[in-house]
Amino acid sequence: MTELPNSFSELLKEILADYEINLETTPNGELTVLVPVAYWQTVSRILRDDERLHFEQLTDLCGVDYLSYGNDEWETEQVTSQGFSRGVDAFGPGRFDWQQRPEVEDFAGRFGVTLHILSIKHNRRLRLRTHPEGENMPMVPSLVEIWNAADWFEREAFDLFGIVFEGHPDLRRILTDYGFVGHPFRKDFPLIGNVTVRYAEDKQRVVYEPVEIEPRVNVPRVVRRDSRYLEGGPEQDV
Amino acid sequence: MAEIRNYTMNFGPQHPAAHGVLRLILELDGETVVRADPHVGLLHRATEKLAESKPFNQSIGYMDRLDYVSMMCNEHAYVRAIENLLGVEVPERAQYIRTLFDEITRLLNHLMWIGANALDLGAMTVFLYAFREREQLMDCYEAVSGARMHATYYRPGGVYRDLPEVMPQIAESRWRKGKDLKRSNEWREGSLLDFIDQFAADFDSKVDDYETLLTDNRIWKQRTVGIGAVSPERALQMGFTGPMLRGSGVEWDLRKHQPYAKYADVDFDIVVGLNGDCYDRYLVRVEEMRQSNRIIKQCVNWLRANQGPVMPKNFKIVPPSREEMKSDMEATIHHFKLFTEGFCVPEGETYAAVEAPKGEFGCYLISDGANKPFRVHLRAPGFAHLSAMNEMINGHMLGDVPAIIGTQDIVFGEVDR
Repeated sequence: MTELPNSFSELLKEILADYEINLETTPNGELTVLVPVAYWQTVSRILRDDERLHFEQLTDLCGVDYLSYGNDEWETEQVTSQGFSRGVDAFGPGRFDWQQRPEVEDFAGRFGVTLHILSIKHNRRLRLRTHPEGENMPMVPSLVEIWNAADWFEREAFDLFGIVFEGHPDLRRILTDYGFVGHPFRKDFPLIGNVTVRYAEDKQRVVYEPVEIEPRVNVPRVVRRDSRYLEGGPEQDV
Repeated sequence: MAEIRNYTMNFGPQHPAAHGVLRLILELDGETVVRADPHVGLLHRATEKLAESKPFNQSIGYMDRLDYVSMMCNEHAYVRAIENLLGVEVPERAQYIRTLFDEITRLLNHLMWIGANALDLGAMTVFLYAFREREQLMDCYEAVSGARMHATYYRPGGVYRDLPEVMPQIAESRWRKGKDLKRSNEWREGSLLDFIDQFAADFDSKVDDYETLLTDNRIWKQRTVGIGAVSPERALQMGFTGPMLRGSGVEWDLRKHQPYAKYADVDFDIVVGLNGDCYDRYLVRVEEMRQSNRIIKQCVNWLRANQGPVMPKNFKIVPPSREEMKSDMEATIHHFKLFTEGFCVPEGETYAAVEAPKGEFGCYLISDGANKPFRVHLRAPGFAHLSAMNEMINGHMLGDVPAIIGTQDIVFGEVDR
């Protein structure tokens, strides 16, 4: 990085003052700009075109599903004697199949679109994030016009998360099978999937059937509020 | 008169020049391609979703299987993302080992590329030459990790173990015996570093061999010069990175501009092309092999002269040694916790990128404080490159399609993830 992140964030605040942005800095100095969905395109265009910023390249764009963020599967308030599975909350990600998938109460800010851009001229990286409104069909303006590289990345986010990019010239599924149902990277999509494909000898064609494997989790998800990461930073020697 | 219409053709997914499972829908006007629509995803394994369901440590092996010809570079990006969030310092020796193996990986990748690309365009011998050297480098992988390809050698905090003191020798068999066996084991008398040292001393002459076959070869030039030319502005717009970007004349290399591991301390040059066509990208990659070899030599020298730990002694992240585990209660507990539950990574998000042989391989990691990542997104260079296929191929002949697929250095493990 060519300069202190502070002076750069000041510059960003100054240039993007009209667009209700919020800045977050990670401990290792990465900067995230939270942009309201309404200004997603405008802010991107400024970031690309302003000489002081000059983010000429889009390196990455992806969707995020914030459902069950911070949830763990470990219930240890009461000790039982039922062996290994004691304490495991039976309903965590990866523990259900397509029929039993949870009915999710959608909430604002469930989906996010994260964008990583790079300025080769100033040797800087920046992360942008927006949270689309509309729970069942999240909509975000497309950035293909601004950075052509967004094309496939947006198709991928649409395919995997069902985020619709308005103005995208060719928004088709990209990674999943032809005729796939559902958006597989949503947290309420089972890890084992929904259909399995095989060649049926008797019918002389490929058939789709419900998956047969059982959902299984070997290591439960645990969140430990570790004192090492609270105030003074991590200890090195233990 | 009958109306003449464009012809739509299906290229792949089982075409030998499709480099895996690319399905291209080509719209042809005579023999000229007017539109190409790549259909990808036939190798989609949902690596990112799988990684969300496993403790951090258990996904390193999946990274090998993304770009399966540049395994350790993928691990490097993932491991660096975890280290960013944990705030762990990697010991200097481990950083040198990572630099060394990143460059060995680059050689592995470029050798695979030069062989396959030349084979696509009709030159058989380069393939055989390149695989001869690849075999030696795979043996280096095997010596440090036990696996020829899917190494899982990089770990959060360092590397799995120090370089071995003895380079394994080739055993006698029906196919290798007598003089032949002796010649194969000639470099393998000493340690791994001795082996790499001898390999590096010899390798430049091997690159010369490839160049005599291709660089001034008339057929090679006819197939590559002026094919798939991309201007620097378009290359940036379309998200090109690595040799694809440098071939178009943009001087950008993460190893120099945003150095990680020990790239700031080793000496090498950025290779840049002029015209942005297939031939320039070929020249860039060939010269990159020489530069990688330079870095390898420097790393070997440093590693010979300096000893030290390759993992921090932090049992919250790194498992204790077997001896400690068997004699020390505290170490047993740490070992048990690490292998049943893993470690929790503090809440936050980070993006870590490395200069993988194909371009920028990035890992965007969100942790919510659990022992499993909340979201992993892997930024594969091939994905961005392949999305530019339509533009690169437009107006070229059908016969140039393999040349452009080859020059993009596509591997479907990383495109489809």
